[in-house]
Amino acid sequence: MLKVQNLGFCVGSFELHDICLHVKPEEYFVLMGATGSGKSLLVKSICGLTRARSGRITIGGRDVTGLPPRLRGVGYVPQDSCLMPHLSVLRNVTFALEVAGESKKQAAGEIGPIVESLGIGGLLARSTVNLSGGERQKVALARALAHKPKLLLLDEPVSALDEPTRREICIVLGRVQREFSVATIHVCHSRQEAAAVHDRVGIMSEGKLIQTGTLDELTDGPADDAVRRLLCPPADKTID
Amino acid sequence: MKAGRKTASEFPPLAGRRTSALSLICLSYLSLFVVIVVTLIVTGFRYEYLSFETFKEIISSPDFLHAAQISVVGSLITLVLVVIFAVTAGYALSRYRFPGHAILDTIADIPILLPPVVVGVLLLIFFAYEPGKTMEVEMYKRTATHERTGLTMHSMVGIVLCQFIISASYAIRSAKAAYDSVDRRLEQVAMSLGCTDLQAFCRVTLPLAKNGLIAGSIMAWARAIGVFGPLVVFVGTSVRVRTLPTLIYLELSIGKEEVSLAVALVMVAMASVALAIVHWLAPGRKWH
Repeated sequence: MLKVQNLGFCVGSFELHDICLHVKPEEYFVLMGATGSGKSLLVKSICGLTRARSGRITIGGRDVTGLPPRLRGVGYVPQDSCLMPHLSVLRNVTFALEVAGESKKQAAGEIGPIVESLGIGGLLARSTVNLSGGERQKVALARALAHKPKLLLLDEPVSALDEPTRREICIVLGRVQREFSVATIHVCHSRQEAAAVHDRVGIMSEGKLIQTGTLDELTDGPADDAVRRLLCPPADKTID
Repeated sequence: MKAGRKTASEFPPLAGRRTSALSLICLSYLSLFVVIVVTLIVTGFRYEYLSFETFKEIISSPDFLHAAQISVVGSLITLVLVVIFAVTAGYALSRYRFPGHAILDTIADIPILLPPVVVGVLLLIFFAYEPGKTMEVEMYKRTATHERTGLTMHSMVGIVLCQFIISASYAIRSAKAAYDSVDRRLEQVAMSLGCTDLQAFCRVTLPLAKNGLIAGSIMAWARAIGVFGPLVVFVGTSVRVRTLPTLIYLELSIGKEEVSLAVALVMVAMASVALAIVHWLAPGRKWH
């Protein structure tokens, strides 16, 4: 589904070095790394929000390296949901469909399955301003899925939430990803969060993708100390 | 609470003596303006300096109506130009970092800091020599017909130019602040959801910055309609270019204080309405 080949990027003194990544169709890929390791930058490059200096990105077999975000067929959920404050929950979820030219009525009809799956039917008429953190993330997820993307990019989707809500949203993410069969990249820095959702995990450090595999594979055979430190921190909170 | 910069809502309200002292200082300062305006109205009407009949007569006189028409038409043309300019320039200053950004950002403030009469002198000098002289001559030639003479700077063109230079800075500054308050990531999300740059601007940035842009435009309009110094120096005071502020000055200079007072009251009313609209549109403001 997603192939990243020798991707290079430079922001000030920070660099992404020759990133190579392959995410299979319907796979839930978790991208882990310490703060400042380049995870979000990689996701933004895949999304098209930052232009790569070198390398190639293909999504669904189509080279999207030079394409703007709107032509890449991705759904993007940033860290703190970034809902449009001037639009209702319904208009947020139907945003992409309205941009594509559908009428409000048509768009509202089309989002039915997503709304039902995420259990946000009761929120549709509300303003986004007074939603809880968990509700905001569900709405952001529905918004990203509404235009049926080939690839879903989740940039630390639960990091700003409290522990019980994180657990709940992680369960929702895993279920929705399977239900809508969309390849997903989920950025996080918690082993437990990754364990709750992942098919495969990639570890980034200092702008490089060091190692990929299942969580067990990486725990059993870490490529270096950075991977070991990330996967086996001295004391970590739990998400069951 | 997370460490870092506090938002306005996180600041606790002041209590006790400090509140009273600060409120008193604030109220004394503001009451100065109220006293001036109330005195203007009370002395005007109470001591029959300006009776209601005289007031009505003045504001329905041809001189007043002509000056009001020039002021309103000029300031509305200026407003349209200022809005177009501020909406785009404010966005560029807020969203992009390019070579010379800091210099342009500073230059945008110069008309705010310069005494208005200096702007008039600068325009006078600019159009007295090249390339301004040629520009004015070309404009004259291109607009002249058999029936009428061409446009010079001693016309609505000059009025609008003066008003634009004085007021555009306020609108640009206000537009930039309005755009700065809109989270740029909202535009990025909109682009990932199918928007072009322009669609993201129209569907997300513009609606969110709308109030600030409108408030800035009204401020700019109020500033434009009150321009005086540059008009007297650069455009002149002849009847065909006489605006309301020029009329106040001219009537005062020949001792017709009641006319000046009547025009001043009309301008105070206009400014009050503009201020009320700005206050109403400002995000987070309430009427208490």
